[in-house]
Amino acid sequence: MIVAPVDIAAASVMLLLITGLAAVLFRKSPGFLTTVSFYSCALASLMAVTSGIWTVAGNVTGKMVLLSGLPDLPFHLRLDPLSGFFLTVVGLLCFFVSIYSAGYVKAMTGRKPVVKLVVFYCLFIAGMLMVVLADDALFFLISWEAMAAASYFLVMFEDEQIENRRAAFLYLVVAHVGAIAILLSFGVMAGLSAGFDDFSGFTFDAMRQAQFPAKWATIAFLLAFFGFAAKAGVVPLHVWLPEAHPVAPSNVSALMSGVMLKTAIYGIVRVTFDLIGVFPWWWGGLVLALGLISAVMGVLYALMQHDLKRLLAYHSVENIGIILIGIGLSMIFTSFNLPVMAALALIAGLYHTLNHAMFKGLLFMGAGAVLHSTHERNMEEMGGLIHKMPWTAALFLVGCVSISALPPFNGFVSEWLTFQAFLLSPSLPNQVMKLIMPMGAALLALTGALAAACFVKAFGVTFLGHWRGRHQPNVHEVDWHMRTGMILSALTCLCLGIFPTVFIEWTDVLSESLVGAKLSTSATSGGWMWLTPIAPERASYSGFIVFLGVLIVYAVVYAVLHVNPGKIRRGAIWDCGFEKLTSRMQYNATSFSMPIRRIFGFLFHIREETRVSPQAAHSAFPARLIYNLRIKDRFWNWIYKPVADATFRVSRQVGRLQQGRIQAYLIYSFLTIIILLLVKSL
Amino acid sequence: MNGIIVETLQIAILIGIAPAFTGWVRMLKCWMQGRTSAGMFQPYRDLAKLFSKDIVLAHNASWIFRFTPYLCFGTVVLAGGIVPMLSTDLPLALTADVIVLVGLFAIARFFTALSGMDIGTAFGGMGSSREMMVASLAEPAMLMAIFTVSLLCKSTSLSRIAEVIYTAGFVAKPSLAFAFIAFILIALAENGRIPVDNPATHLELTMIHEAMILEYSGRHLALIEWAGMMKLFLFIALSSTLFYPFGIAGTDNPAGVPVAAVALILKLFISGVVLVVIETGLAKMRLFRLTEFLGAAFLMATLGMLSFFILE
Repeated sequence: MIVAPVDIAAASVMLLLITGLAAVLFRKSPGFLTTVSFYSCALASLMAVTSGIWTVAGNVTGKMVLLSGLPDLPFHLRLDPLSGFFLTVVGLLCFFVSIYSAGYVKAMTGRKPVVKLVVFYCLFIAGMLMVVLADDALFFLISWEAMAAASYFLVMFEDEQIENRRAAFLYLVVAHVGAIAILLSFGVMAGLSAGFDDFSGFTFDAMRQAQFPAKWATIAFLLAFFGFAAKAGVVPLHVWLPEAHPVAPSNVSALMSGVMLKTAIYGIVRVTFDLIGVFPWWWGGLVLALGLISAVMGVLYALMQHDLKRLLAYHSVENIGIILIGIGLSMIFTSFNLPVMAALALIAGLYHTLNHAMFKGLLFMGAGAVLHSTHERNMEEMGGLIHKMPWTAALFLVGCVSISALPPFNGFVSEWLTFQAFLLSPSLPNQVMKLIMPMGAALLALTGALAAACFVKAFGVTFLGHWRGRHQPNVHEVDWHMRTGMILSALTCLCLGIFPTVFIEWTDVLSESLVGAKLSTSATSGGWMWLTPIAPERASYSGFIVFLGVLIVYAVVYAVLHVNPGKIRRGAIWDCGFEKLTSRMQYNATSFSMPIRRIFGFLFHIREETRVSPQAAHSAFPARLIYNLRIKDRFWNWIYKPVADATFRVSRQVGRLQQGRIQAYLIYSFLTIIILLLVKSL
Repeated sequence: MNGIIVETLQIAILIGIAPAFTGWVRMLKCWMQGRTSAGMFQPYRDLAKLFSKDIVLAHNASWIFRFTPYLCFGTVVLAGGIVPMLSTDLPLALTADVIVLVGLFAIARFFTALSGMDIGTAFGGMGSSREMMVASLAEPAMLMAIFTVSLLCKSTSLSRIAEVIYTAGFVAKPSLAFAFIAFILIALAENGRIPVDNPATHLELTMIHEAMILEYSGRHLALIEWAGMMKLFLFIALSSTLFYPFGIAGTDNPAGVPVAAVALILKLFISGVVLVVIETGLAKMRLFRLTEFLGAAFLMATLGMLSFFILE
């Protein structure tokens, strides 16, 4: 074969780097910056998608060794089906978002130095692609850091506001704490696979072949899981995520929430299933438990938000939780040697990975479109945008329906598969697990229902009703670049919802190589339309027929009723004769979530305050009512603040060493040498 | 071929008889409360009246508002093709299992809640907010109750569940009993019946479902009302499938369909009586006491599941 998928993937990374460089060279030309560079990114992403799909479909594994890097430590690249899958996920969303960006960034030219955005955007995508391609610890960490650093600068892009700088700093700190844990984990594995004197252990191949002692394997796993969980925003390490994701430009938020978090999922799957390979059931239990907590807490926090992008960011916490539920279940089933069930759970998790990338990307692009034309992120000020932005509204609605796990869209399929995996838990030999697992299913159901409530709120408050703000800005529909990006991802959401068997057949190689079983034979027994993961009499679902059925009934009823339709008269809203309805009397984001806030309030740090203005003639008829509500993430005070405070205390103590006098530093060096000599001579 | 006839028949029964069932419930309720009833067939007259009326739409109503009634109707009719009422030999039963059924109800609710917010009145938003709150607590409990039955039957396919329970005969398993109680509580909540919501009220502060659809008129309102009646009917059929599928025709005896139809009507009559007794005996709860009610339902479903694992 002349061209292998791995070559295309490498070429795609090269193209991105060249685009970044060219953007610096052509920084004076706004046409190049906004159109050519983003279309070049789109092309590169498309190449990544091609190589990814090809790898998984053909079950080919390609390798490449780059002679760059440190002496004797060349960079290893490897494109196997698992990398190929994540390459597809990353590439697909990057493709849509790049098209969208061409329109989104054009509006910024003149106001901001766009060149910075373009360069780091290219580096960011290149970093993500390299992370999934890397086949040794060194190259993986370099790519990981490149991705983190590029995204840091993107979060910092609008750095004139202090909260953006704070968010970016917090993001940087957490990213590095996570990276240290990952580095240590690779260190443990590399040391155990080839000894600590030999560098050959740093390749993933060496780690794959090594057998780790149980104790060390656990340490490596816990370190890696901590590091990746920090990146993925798993509760309780999620606090940075809703700060950092919303303040980046919306196209970048889409990529960060949609695919950057997925590289952490990739890391977890790679380390546990591929590099370590054999693990006890409680690892899976840990992943499952944290997944469940993230899912429920993520959606509850999301419900309390009134900033559209923050709300979406908290939903990423929720969806990462759902993905981890699938992965965790798969780990549990694998450790009890139940490969078919492990395959089902793994596919559920991976399917949700792809689905979340699509609908979250779509939703962030939609939020970006709203921000772009209203310059408003606060939902309390919005309303009625469906009349001004019909395309954005319809596409955003597709995203809402998908993320709320409603049939026939894609979010439903992956949650359905996860439920099926939960229902297989009676086959587990462990009695305690059996009893606890159904609770997990209930929590997942709660998550889905709350997500639906949250997106009724998000869509209803933003797009329906009347404009709530004081001055209605001149709102307009967004341009065709932005619309195309959203249309493509909305179509993908629908297709993934109604043709799930295509996806499952495609990913068979993955489950076969990772857990040793595939779903395909049963998945296709009922034909391509029916999804029957275990057996037709066990469970089956056909998104296609559900979609078609609803459509047919809809069309028939509509046709029957419109043979001789009654007139439609437009009138003013019925105001009960009150005649003073204002748009401020509508339900808004805060009031919509009030019942849920009251029920689950104990999970939050809520300060509620109502004041009546004093100048009223009578206390029963106040002139103004002032309502203040502050909701804080409890985890901030529980985990982050103590750690931050302790860090500052320790740094102050250590800081005393720094005298600023050369003599003192010479004494330090002298003492160090003496101590080292003493240690050596002992 | 046989299956398709049964399928068509089922959907026809659902669309045709659902208003009569609602009429039956209303009639019984009137009798229980010492009022004169308008008869069992009043809902048909109401629907006919609404269909013949013109529609009044608010100026700012969007397409969502006009799309929702048809969607509600469509999802419920499709659900009627999935729940085995007459026979377990349904071609559409493979299309969707019980989780999808819950999903279908959820999508109808999602859009109803959106159209409640579409006009931008306080009532609509209030209804949507409350409906989604109730739903988010009811849905997990409902899935737990259903999962208990699914675990017992090793399937989530409704046809399969009905067959397994039917062939096993009536066995008083504790898990089924708990799940059944939970299911009744949830069915009351999902259909907006007392004590969760009052279908007959138009008092501002107590409305949930009615507040969402307050702005609807004409054929839109007729479709929503009709879909609501069918949903109530379907919940009775669903509980019959899950817990007491007596008389249902199997794959092997297509001749059993008339018997199944008679059994279905009998079950409907009895369920109507039970529903009215519950509704008349209880008062509507305060909104924030609903958590206790739905929490109890969840607890029952959990107990059912635990007893499945421990006792069975």
